[in-house]
Amino acid sequence: MELTLDAVSVEIAGATLVDELSLKAGDGEVVGLVGPNGSGKSTALRCVYRALRPTSGAVLVDGSDLTAMSIRDSARSVAAVTQDSTTDLDFTVAEVVALGRFPHQRGNPSLSEREQELCAEAMRRTGVTHLARRGVLSLSGGERQRVLIARALVQEPRLLVLDEPTNHLDVRHQVELLSFLRGCGLTVLVALHDLNLAASTCDRLAVLYEGSLVETGPPADVLTPELVRRVFGVTPTVVPHPLTGVPQLLYTVAPESP
Amino acid sequence: MTVTEPALRTPPARTSRSAGVLPVLVLVLVLVVSVIGGISLGPAVVSLPDTLRYLGAALTGGTIGPDDVTGYSIIWQVRTPRVLLAVVVGAGLSVIGVAVQAMVRNALADPFILGVSSGASVGASAVVSFGLFAGLGVYALSAAAFIGALVASVLVYVAAHGRAGLTPLRLVLTGVALAYGFQALMSVIVFFAPFGEAARSVLFWLLGSLGGAAWGSLPIAAATVAIAIVVLLRHSRALDVLSMGDESAASLGVDAAAVRRWLFLLTAVVTGALVAVSGAVGFVGLVMPHLVRILVGADHRRVLVIAPLAGAIFLVWVDLASRTLFAPRELPLGVITALIGVPVFVTLLRRRGYLFGGR
Repeated sequence: MELTLDAVSVEIAGATLVDELSLKAGDGEVVGLVGPNGSGKSTALRCVYRALRPTSGAVLVDGSDLTAMSIRDSARSVAAVTQDSTTDLDFTVAEVVALGRFPHQRGNPSLSEREQELCAEAMRRTGVTHLARRGVLSLSGGERQRVLIARALVQEPRLLVLDEPTNHLDVRHQVELLSFLRGCGLTVLVALHDLNLAASTCDRLAVLYEGSLVETGPPADVLTPELVRRVFGVTPTVVPHPLTGVPQLLYTVAPESP
Repeated sequence: MTVTEPALRTPPARTSRSAGVLPVLVLVLVLVVSVIGGISLGPAVVSLPDTLRYLGAALTGGTIGPDDVTGYSIIWQVRTPRVLLAVVVGAGLSVIGVAVQAMVRNALADPFILGVSSGASVGASAVVSFGLFAGLGVYALSAAAFIGALVASVLVYVAAHGRAGLTPLRLVLTGVALAYGFQALMSVIVFFAPFGEAARSVLFWLLGSLGGAAWGSLPIAAATVAIAIVVLLRHSRALDVLSMGDESAASLGVDAAAVRRWLFLLTAVVTGALVAVSGAVGFVGLVMPHLVRILVGADHRRVLVIAPLAGAIFLVWVDLASRTLFAPRELPLGVITALIGVPVFVTLLRRRGYLFGGR
């Protein structure tokens, strides 16, 4: 599925959080949003998974305007793993995953055989089958994130949106999750903090700064020392990864002079 | 992402989570037995055969002998409506407790957290102290309480409504803050009451009682609760989604703000109707949802079926205790529900394997 953000602006209480953001993600492409804290990554993503309505501009999926669709209709093609995805209620893993069918259901039907198969398949792909009967509140951060991805897959989306999915995960779970995104075959829009992981994961990066798009393109074109200095305020040494060749950033930490 | 997660922890023991047809049947049976028991038992015990005979006569239009008139009127005019009202109020508070906890995503929420009961108490105290709505006769208290509850709800709704709609935290905070205001107002009314009994009457009413039950007060409350249960059951999946958080809800196709709006309307009306007929019976709406979730898990499709049944059974027995323990005096329902509810709730919070609000 092709995603287009066409001059999307978001203004809240007089502050411009996202300013005329235009961005494209082609079918099956993994696009990363990077930028410092408060640069508008989450706000931009929220417009795509319908938690927020852009003040102006449009979000198009395969050419049709999301805001013209019902929120339920868009949830059939766009799934998200959000940052607030915690619940106080102790649902089982299987129940949370099954909620991914919600936008496809009318009323309260039990899951059809095909839907049960879909849930089982999603849990198998994300490696949470053995947790099916566990309560979600007892899971570790990595387990919980995989459960949420399973739920998103059960939505049968063609576009997957993830807001800093690697937060609070240890390095193994970070690499596993991002490897999964690489190979899942869906169009992926993901906000990431770690530039090195972003460079390794994404086909293209979009760099945001104070709500505006600064640069977009393949990681090797985007992650130059000059741009990183301008946007993030630190000057890295950029080296190609010895095995894959993608750019990797090294930082120098020196004691602050008094 | 195929991984083998090391089995570091054994999962919390929780095997039987399905609430199929059997538990529902069992609870219905227990409820029927409880209702007949509640009608038969009391300060004046009417034997079970007599109870059933009177009920049969009333339902089928049969005749009874002149010796039976006293027993018949105790059973049919006094106890039956009272026990049935206990069923309605118990079921209603319990199911609205579930809805409110989902609506504000807060484990400590109960039907009264949105200022409804304190608003109702303002209306009730005005009636008790100054004879407001005297023209309505015995329904004056109910009417004033219902109006007070709705006025309070509207105020909470307006005050809590922000740019982002009704957010859970704003709702809870506004409800709690305004409740203090209503309580102050009620205190002022009672303080200026022309006779000293007012404080006592208001206190008794606040703690809840079914002593005023009559056939007349039953239909509206019963219909309101029945409609609420049907509506909530129809939207049980939306409640599941809502408890995942507003952002997740949006990504799953649910407009959380919109759902919260109709949930607020529904819970306010039902709670108002219940408070009008029974006062503010505490703890049922707080504890029952938790107890039920321990038994059947968090899935609202099961919780919303089991919770009303459990709440109804509970309140029938609580009401029986309230009118028999110190007969002929009646204990307020709130005293008994708190006596049972507090230790149950504390035990429940300390229980391993039940996690509400993380650990």
